[in-house]
Amino acid sequence: MQKILIVDAEKCTGCRACEMVCSVKHEGVSNPSRSRIHAIKWEAEGFVLPMICQQCESPPCMAVCPKDAISRDEELDRVMVDYDLCIGCKMCVAACPFGGMGIDTVARRVIKCDLCDGDPTCVRFCQPTALQYLPLNTANLRKKRSAGLKFAELMTRFA
Amino acid sequence: MALKRKIAYINLSNGEIETASIPLEMRKLYLGGRGMDMYLLYNHTKQGIDPLGPDNVLLVSAGVLGATLASASSRTHVAAKSPLTGFVGSTNMGGFFAPELRWAGFDHLVIKGKAKKPVYLWINDGEIEIRDASNVWGQGVFDTQESIRQELGDEEVKVMCCGPAGENLVRFANVMTGLKDAGGRTGMGAVMGSKNLKAIAARGTMDIEIKHPEQALAYDEQIVNKVNRTKFTQIMQKWGTMFIYGVTNSTGLVRCQNFQLNQLVGGDIECEYIEDVSFGTEGCFGCVIHCRHKYIIKEGPYAGTYAQGPEYTSQGAFGMEVGCNNFNTVLVGNHLVNTYGMDTLETGSMIAWAMELYEKGILTDKDTDGLRLEWGNDEAVLEMVRRIAERKGLGDILAEGPLRAAKKIGKDSLKYNIHVKGMSNLHSDERPTPALALGIATSSRGSDHLRSRPAIDLYHLPEPVLRKIYGNPTPYDGPLTSDYTDYEGKPRQVQWQEMVYEAVDCLGICKYHTIFLSPNLLSFDEFSELLYYNTGLEMSPQEIWEVADRAYTLERLFNIREGLTREHDWLVDRYFDEPTPVGLPVVRGKTIDREKFKKMIDEYYELHGWDENGLPRPETLEKLGLDKEPSHKL
Repeated sequence: MQKILIVDAEKCTGCRACEMVCSVKHEGVSNPSRSRIHAIKWEAEGFVLPMICQQCESPPCMAVCPKDAISRDEELDRVMVDYDLCIGCKMCVAACPFGGMGIDTVARRVIKCDLCDGDPTCVRFCQPTALQYLPLNTANLRKKRSAGLKFAELMTRFA
Repeated sequence: MALKRKIAYINLSNGEIETASIPLEMRKLYLGGRGMDMYLLYNHTKQGIDPLGPDNVLLVSAGVLGATLASASSRTHVAAKSPLTGFVGSTNMGGFFAPELRWAGFDHLVIKGKAKKPVYLWINDGEIEIRDASNVWGQGVFDTQESIRQELGDEEVKVMCCGPAGENLVRFANVMTGLKDAGGRTGMGAVMGSKNLKAIAARGTMDIEIKHPEQALAYDEQIVNKVNRTKFTQIMQKWGTMFIYGVTNSTGLVRCQNFQLNQLVGGDIECEYIEDVSFGTEGCFGCVIHCRHKYIIKEGPYAGTYAQGPEYTSQGAFGMEVGCNNFNTVLVGNHLVNTYGMDTLETGSMIAWAMELYEKGILTDKDTDGLRLEWGNDEAVLEMVRRIAERKGLGDILAEGPLRAAKKIGKDSLKYNIHVKGMSNLHSDERPTPALALGIATSSRGSDHLRSRPAIDLYHLPEPVLRKIYGNPTPYDGPLTSDYTDYEGKPRQVQWQEMVYEAVDCLGICKYHTIFLSPNLLSFDEFSELLYYNTGLEMSPQEIWEVADRAYTLERLFNIREGLTREHDWLVDRYFDEPTPVGLPVVRGKTIDREKFKKMIDEYYELHGWDENGLPRPETLEKLGLDKEPSHKL
């Protein structure tokens, strides 16, 4: 089933548990620099935005890879790195407009979100449900519902 | 390993920096965080030093579970000899500093001496540098952090600092991080200021190895779900700690007009008002409770300012205690103390005390430079906050804390002050609640609700539930009572909570995840499992209790070395002589009974293995391995 890891920034409380559980799940350590997800903060404004790989349909990272080490996995709708082919040139890191491709200096390789093979750990731990794992073709309905609620409240006043 | 973090010894006088490993043996004795800091405090200071002098040592630490899978593993602990009380100085704050310190390779900092001019420490992936802080000296708490981030060229640097209050050596100045994560009580910010240490900046990308990652993830997920499901968490997620006001004020368990009333009659500063100004909530590292609101002040000269909180204690400081009934005053007061870096509890209590003195004519318009310190005068309260932080006029006197200020003001000013060991009480009124009264009287850092408050005593839990909690992990066969107006069985509750809070502070996780405000949350059993999965350390619940007991007893020894006697474990006369005038029938007309209170103290000492003067008995010291302190193993 194709699902998307979708971010609802308004709900994020900036706790960064996602960063910790991601690095523990993938590398057995607590180390945000080895996490695939980051809660980026603008502290002075009180704004926080979780940022991850967007699992693009036409990934720029895949396009620039000189060794065709990056490919799409259609079953889980994710973009994957084949480390047997990857030479670590890091062109993908430069190409991604979202900063979705990171560099792990301990394992000495590029890293990106792999959706934890269909059961994202960060989603399990996100209590405020800022991170949700939803079917691709209906992923926006929840947002429609919560945004629509604001209008619904207004409209009932005039009903 | 999580246990591979180092300790650093930094001498600000000569710039020397040494780092060392922390032996496993020491971890088994003190774990980390507050426990280890108490050991370091005892060993690295001598009796009678000036807390604001270069011989005082500032200790900064992360807990042994900091930044690991232990839910809110976010806490930083700071200790020193207190410039406010002369006894143990100890404070704990949330936010994101401790995790960054750990990722930077360090668990403990031991800071000695005094820098010749303002400096800050820069800790980055195992390296420590002392840098010039003259550009940030004088800046408010948050501005300091942003300026340092800009100077270092990294938005992800985390900074803890003192504010202008600490620079001005206000004796109850805080250490701070973020917009509002406050290390309050006991004046640790003043110790920073006295060392010309403006801030400590940390940035780390080093691994913290989780010993059993799969089990840690599975267990933490259980913990997170458990915490998330409790009623208390759900209320906190919505309102923060301000929800407590609704219950305590309507019952009559809060100090109003210093100590004259036990309720803000007609009070209108309910937590629900935060909805008008809030645009969301935020949490500390790893936390699901995310209990602080992000709000914009809407009224008055500070309109448009973004701040976080406020906490229940600010409702007290800028509401009940000073007789103010305006939610905006709470919002502004909170912002001011967080910008100046000053203890909201102490600030509110000192102003309330000054207001009662003004009412009684002990302070006059001449002393206040014309400021009318009348109950409910919002502007005067907020102006007083500024004067204390900047040490202007009467503010300079109040900045000295209860005992010194009373000495300066003279007359019989001291008898109106609500303090224990020279530290003001928070805004709760313990006259109807003997257990809570015992807690503040015996707390090692002075009048304080976070050393040992058995808050769940207020829930009238049935005896079997109390027995399950208070009979583990060490046995207890004595009485336990459900009624919070009772005296029976309360010493055990206070002692037990001391142990659980000490343990939590050694682990470096947030008390809201423990048996503090909810009886269903984490305790020693869970600590044992969290410790094993994350660090591999195998310690039973009883062994963790023993660590807490050892550390707490060492705090007692430190205090005794600095002159503590049984007389200090007491309450001011007003608790015994003035009955509560208002509130629900169950709390009205209450005083603390001197005889019964004396018996509670006796029983409390007995439970600790201390003699009738509160001195740890030789066999207690031997059992805990404290008979050979100071040992300087670390």
